[in-house]
Amino acid sequence: MSIFIDEHTRVVVQGIGRQGTFHAQRNQDYGTHIVAGIHPDKGGRIWDPLGVKVHATVKEAVEDLGANTSMVMVPAPFTKDAILEAYEAGIETIVAITEGVPVHDMTEVYDVVVRRGGVRLIGPNCPGLISPGKSNVGIIPGDITMPGRVGLVSRSGTLTYQIMHELAQAGIGISTCVGIGGDPVIGTQFLDVIQAFAEDPETEAIAFVGEIGGSEEQKAGEWIRDNIPDTPVVGYIAGFEAPPGKQMGHAGAIVKEGGPGGESAAEKKDILEGMGISVATNPSEAAQLMIKHLS
Amino acid sequence: MDLVEYQGKQLFERNGVPVPPPGKVCRTPDEVEQAARDLGGMTVIKAQVKMGGRGKAGGVKLARSPEEAREHAESIFGLDIKGHIVNVIYVEPGSDIAEEYYLSVVHDRVGKGYLVICSREGGMDIEEVNRTNPDAVVKEPLLPSEAADGLPRERALDIMTRANLPEDAREQAADLLVGLFAAMKAEDATLMEINPLILTTDGRVLALDAKVSLDNNADFRHDAYAEWEVEGLEPADPQEQAAKEAGIQYVKLDGDVGVLGNGAGLVMASLDVVAQAGGQAANFLDIGGGASAETMAESLRLVLSDDRVKSVLVNIFGGITRCDLVAEGVLGAMDQLGDIEQKLVVRLDGTHADEGRAMLTDANHRNVVAAATMAEAAERAVAFASGA
Repeated sequence: MSIFIDEHTRVVVQGIGRQGTFHAQRNQDYGTHIVAGIHPDKGGRIWDPLGVKVHATVKEAVEDLGANTSMVMVPAPFTKDAILEAYEAGIETIVAITEGVPVHDMTEVYDVVVRRGGVRLIGPNCPGLISPGKSNVGIIPGDITMPGRVGLVSRSGTLTYQIMHELAQAGIGISTCVGIGGDPVIGTQFLDVIQAFAEDPETEAIAFVGEIGGSEEQKAGEWIRDNIPDTPVVGYIAGFEAPPGKQMGHAGAIVKEGGPGGESAAEKKDILEGMGISVATNPSEAAQLMIKHLS
Repeated sequence: MDLVEYQGKQLFERNGVPVPPPGKVCRTPDEVEQAARDLGGMTVIKAQVKMGGRGKAGGVKLARSPEEAREHAESIFGLDIKGHIVNVIYVEPGSDIAEEYYLSVVHDRVGKGYLVICSREGGMDIEEVNRTNPDAVVKEPLLPSEAADGLPRERALDIMTRANLPEDAREQAADLLVGLFAAMKAEDATLMEINPLILTTDGRVLALDAKVSLDNNADFRHDAYAEWEVEGLEPADPQEQAAKEAGIQYVKLDGDVGVLGNGAGLVMASLDVVAQAGGQAANFLDIGGGASAETMAESLRLVLSDDRVKSVLVNIFGGITRCDLVAEGVLGAMDQLGDIEQKLVVRLDGTHADEGRAMLTDANHRNVVAAATMAEAAERAVAFASGA
């Protein structure tokens, strides 16, 4: 098994420009069922080079083609509307890759789609997710990993690739890798993914890669301590050297000055270790800890 | 983006949030003296920096005459408030204050909504009030669906009542809060803080201070954001300035190892690994996803334009970024930069890493060293920086 996406995943792509087409094609080459591209003015055409049809609306693609997942690649100003369209069309899993979405837009989207709608939204500002050997929705390079039993969840893209790569070199594969994104308001939190991993019989161990800012890592840590104390879990928090008050690339990666506390990497590491979770000080160490747990 | 007080007040004014009569923005003691003369009566001389604690640092003073205003200006200009040098002063007509309260609306990351905070105890550090007298602070979480058409007035009034504002201030304060919440949405602000919110002796409720943070991600729908970029309001740094203009994610740090890589998380991890190798990074620079050779070269030039930088770590894990293009950018930048002293340690992995590494090997540039892993790359970069 895997979580959120598998061989039955049928994807529509909202945003069929250069980026959307490039990544959708890579996903298709990986074996993902891309069933349609969406463009309000280009319905009925064939989407080159994927060879699938363009539909004018997500609803059409859900009704005619059984699409259940959407990958959102439209520019930031249109992301809110695109996600709401997918939600209203009955899509079950929405994966928003787009970076730079205004935080008020996402706050409203979260309220409608996740809090009240109960629909799975991943991102925005995320690399998407991959269940190796089954489906790849987003921009994660499929060739650096393989099917296996480690569940990986991360706020960072390339850092995740780094860890998957090191695990793969040690012969360790992944059940699902979920990039939840680096924005302050995202649809799916660490805790949501870790709970899903806990229910997945094929996921035996969990690695999570956090960052400075916010407190979602701690929430996940508490749940792990109270519910799955025997599952091997390894963490890494990026940004031990990040100064307070500075945004480190990701919109959400900031230790607020005069903020609530618990937002720095050192504080998060201490809190998580207090909950009995091993936290590495760099990505290679995280991979090594996982390798040790599994050997 | 954070605004200084006078900008925050201009933004309040535009959105109908009551503020004191406008003052003058000054850059010299002469201008301050003239402003005080023009405004007449009592004036307040206020340092304009993007940093709290101005009052304590001596950055806010009352002046009874234009001469006194000038004296204060001379002591306030150049003042260092937690690393922020004062270049701009706002001269404002004095307000007759009867009482001081606290009011803010913040975007609430944890609750994924908004938070209204109100207290009858204003004019001091709200965190301090919260510690010593938590009952005096009302914290009201608000979901977007509860305020889809704005903050309902009865709810605003309820907040003011629970914060125990005196009856003659409640109604006005409630109206002000409704306006503040609307302004927050209209301007894409993540923070709007008024400390103090005042009741004047003649019975008006006004925002005597304004602390506003705007969401940079929303700049596409706010032409006005560009107006707030005013010279002298925050420490000017040549690299940070150049990065901003080039659209590169760059943060200056205190060390001497230049660091660049692809992806915010990987670059943050690179800073950590450099520290673990006994060094300290001079900067954070994320070249982004799918960077071209030109972006790579431009980023490298930017890092090397900082004369504190003694060595550079280039850490790339190619996903959509191609390592051969990174190598091309590195070598191109080295050609343009000519004879430099700093060594570059380049670590390439992922998409087209073999091609990239081969290009570096073939070029055999005397400044460029390849490393197989992140840890090795950091160790070597730190060793070069310390002259080993």
